[in-house]
Amino acid sequence: MNHLLRGHAPITDEAWKQIDEEATQALVPRLGGRKLVDFDGPLGWGHSATDLGRVSGSADGPADGVKLRTRQVLPVVELRADFTVSRAELEALDRGAVDTDFDSLNDAARNIAVAENAAIFHGLAEVGIKGMAEASSHDPIPLGDNGFSDYPEHIAKAIEVILSSGVEGPYGVALSPECYTGVVESAERGGYPLLSHIRKIMQESGDGPLVWAPGLDGVVVASLRGGDFLFESGQDLSIGYDSHDAEQVNLYVEESFTFRVATPEAAVALPK
Amino acid sequence: MEFDQYHEPPEELSPELRTKARLFASLAEEAEAINWYEQRLSVEPDAEARAIMRNAQHEEFKHFSMDLEFLFRRIPIWRKLAEGVLFKDGDIVEHGEAAEAGTEGDEDGAESTGGSGNGSLGIGSLKGAGL
Repeated sequence: MNHLLRGHAPITDEAWKQIDEEATQALVPRLGGRKLVDFDGPLGWGHSATDLGRVSGSADGPADGVKLRTRQVLPVVELRADFTVSRAELEALDRGAVDTDFDSLNDAARNIAVAENAAIFHGLAEVGIKGMAEASSHDPIPLGDNGFSDYPEHIAKAIEVILSSGVEGPYGVALSPECYTGVVESAERGGYPLLSHIRKIMQESGDGPLVWAPGLDGVVVASLRGGDFLFESGQDLSIGYDSHDAEQVNLYVEESFTFRVATPEAAVALPK
Repeated sequence: MEFDQYHEPPEELSPELRTKARLFASLAEEAEAINWYEQRLSVEPDAEARAIMRNAQHEEFKHFSMDLEFLFRRIPIWRKLAEGVLFKDGDIVEHGEAAEAGTEGDEDGAESTGGSGNGSLGIGSLKGAGL
């Protein structure tokens, strides 16, 4: 048994299987950031930092004639979202019920997916992670106040900006939920759906993915050629056991990772 | 063109699994080469030829070790088990049994409370996936 302590939970193997499946189904559609970046690992819960290959400035060491430098690393961040499952619901599941109440699990899955996407796109300043939007070396392309009809033009411009800096495609487009809903519901003059127009632009530039990314503010366009955006997983998303009482079992979804932008030219932010 | 390193349709495998499959194939090739050099060295009477083959076999030792370390890093449960077996004096089988017992709780499909696997949902890379 590892640190997740699943073996201590009053949960049958069949119920664990259902919990894991429910969590996976709740997470995968929301992990928009992962759909654009390189994933390395998982390297294990014991993995604590990513080597940046750099050192701090030289200083005087503890003895005459000795210089001191410190290796720079990016510390692994742990994300954890707690949730509960009713023991009565678990018993019902074991009797064959198919409508188990996993609302709390779904809320936790949504929250941790939002947090992961926010880290990838906007960074986590408190742990030194720079996101794709803030790390971009290109001027942001504001989406403006003209509704959604300008989005295809903005996205095409962003792809052109990345390509002009020598970064090849395919190119992916991440949309915040608000932007995605607006795009899906909108049509250009003449009735041509905006979403179809954007997909056509992306097909012409290497057929990269269009992703829905809760936690992202606005839109990000990025190259998927590889080697530019590095998500290093320590422990990939996992379900662990915390405690239980007569009424409910307290569980959590957890992961550990670092994220780095190796090529700031490979993405453009399109803020709202 | 056929790719023998795949046991399942390659298009159904993730990029990470295809990379592992290439390294598994490379690992087997390096082991085979070490075996061949071992046999050639045992029968070659010419000292100069043996020196060249010994040098070549050392290269294969290095390649095999790098392939193995790569796979250990990508399959932590294998690494953990191997740590209980490799570079230890004493009874190899005993070390193997002890290492296996020490990792049973982490293995996919292992009998345990806590459901299958080590708790990871196994989501991994989603790169290139659409909505």
